[in-house]
Amino acid sequence: MAEIIGGLTSSHIPAVGNAYARKLFDDPYWKPFFDGYPPVHGWLKEKKPDVAVVFYNDHGLNFFLDKMPTFSIGAAPSYENQDEGWGIPTIGTFEGHPELSWHIIEGVVGDGFDVCSCQEMAVDHGFTVPVQLFWGDRTENPIKTIPICINTVQHPLASPKRCHEFGKAIGRAISSFPGSEKVVILGTGGLSHQLDGTRAGFINKEFDLMCMDKIVDEPEELAKLSIHDLVREAGAQGAEFILWMAMRGALGDKVAEVHRNYHIPISNTAAGLMLLETRA
Amino acid sequence: MSTHTIQEEIPGTVMFDGRMAMKGYALNKMCFSFNSAANREAFRKDEEAYMESYGLNEQQKAAIRARNVLQLIDAGGNIYYLAKFAGIFGLTVQDVGAQQTGMTVEEFKEFLRKQGE
Repeated sequence: MAEIIGGLTSSHIPAVGNAYARKLFDDPYWKPFFDGYPPVHGWLKEKKPDVAVVFYNDHGLNFFLDKMPTFSIGAAPSYENQDEGWGIPTIGTFEGHPELSWHIIEGVVGDGFDVCSCQEMAVDHGFTVPVQLFWGDRTENPIKTIPICINTVQHPLASPKRCHEFGKAIGRAISSFPGSEKVVILGTGGLSHQLDGTRAGFINKEFDLMCMDKIVDEPEELAKLSIHDLVREAGAQGAEFILWMAMRGALGDKVAEVHRNYHIPISNTAAGLMLLETRA
Repeated sequence: MSTHTIQEEIPGTVMFDGRMAMKGYALNKMCFSFNSAANREAFRKDEEAYMESYGLNEQQKAAIRARNVLQLIDAGGNIYYLAKFAGIFGLTVQDVGAQQTGMTVEEFKEFLRKQGE
């Protein structure tokens, strides 16, 4: 059976895409952010996962308000990164794993999560920035990907509890896949930030650090938060933390924290990175 | 029985819900079109005709003309789509944040930095 070996979280700030393209790794502004990643690169080199299942949110590339699914799962042989309109360089095509995608879709629908399946899915910075941060250009370290998009554009959003449960269903489905794949789960986005309104620029370090602590051993505590709580405490776009909750759900009961990094600010955002390993 | 409850307002924050999504549909649809370089060019060439073709109302047109993000949000704009509009003018989220909070861009960046201390 396929095996989930761990989870990674990373902010997916678009400006990172530009900084990466310009190789600003040692620039004083960017260094505290990029320096968080080499320990994860070492772990990935050692563990060599075959597939990354990526919880992310679309920011108006693949989905518009005409049709806004709460949970959607990519089921394509490949996923293309396309022009988002404001000038981050596109970084090509990502290889999929459609057999595992359909197995997951069948599993979660059987579990009561009636998802939208997507045989075509353009992926934006929410997906591409973390995959690039972890796997570079994917030539030296190839990785198959399955994008799972959770709506954070239009309220009502799925609650932290619901996303955590969704992640658990995803985890059960992956673990019953008849294959030898090693799978890593990504939760992207966050942490606290707000782009819109007169509260733009809001960041909440104390809340973020509490979330990073509790997601390791007490995710059920975080599942008690409402979306309203997240928007109030982490900012309008800080609600992206539901993607981390889905990731954590997929990892099962016990995990060990292997690495973390937290830095304020990158762009308008508190950037968070975590590496969690599954434990029996 | 519905479990929907009205939540208290969060100062300085507009929840982009179904009501706002209906209000801003034309505006957001236009901004969504800016994913395409050809559409960005068409907007640059003739803003008024482009807005008209997407059926923007007067409030939305005025907010676009003013390049005013708070007005655009008030007219139903969603920040993810509005970011594509701002991108046409090379504006970053710090520029957009500064405009909304009445700070200079440098002041806004310092405000962000200080929250990390």
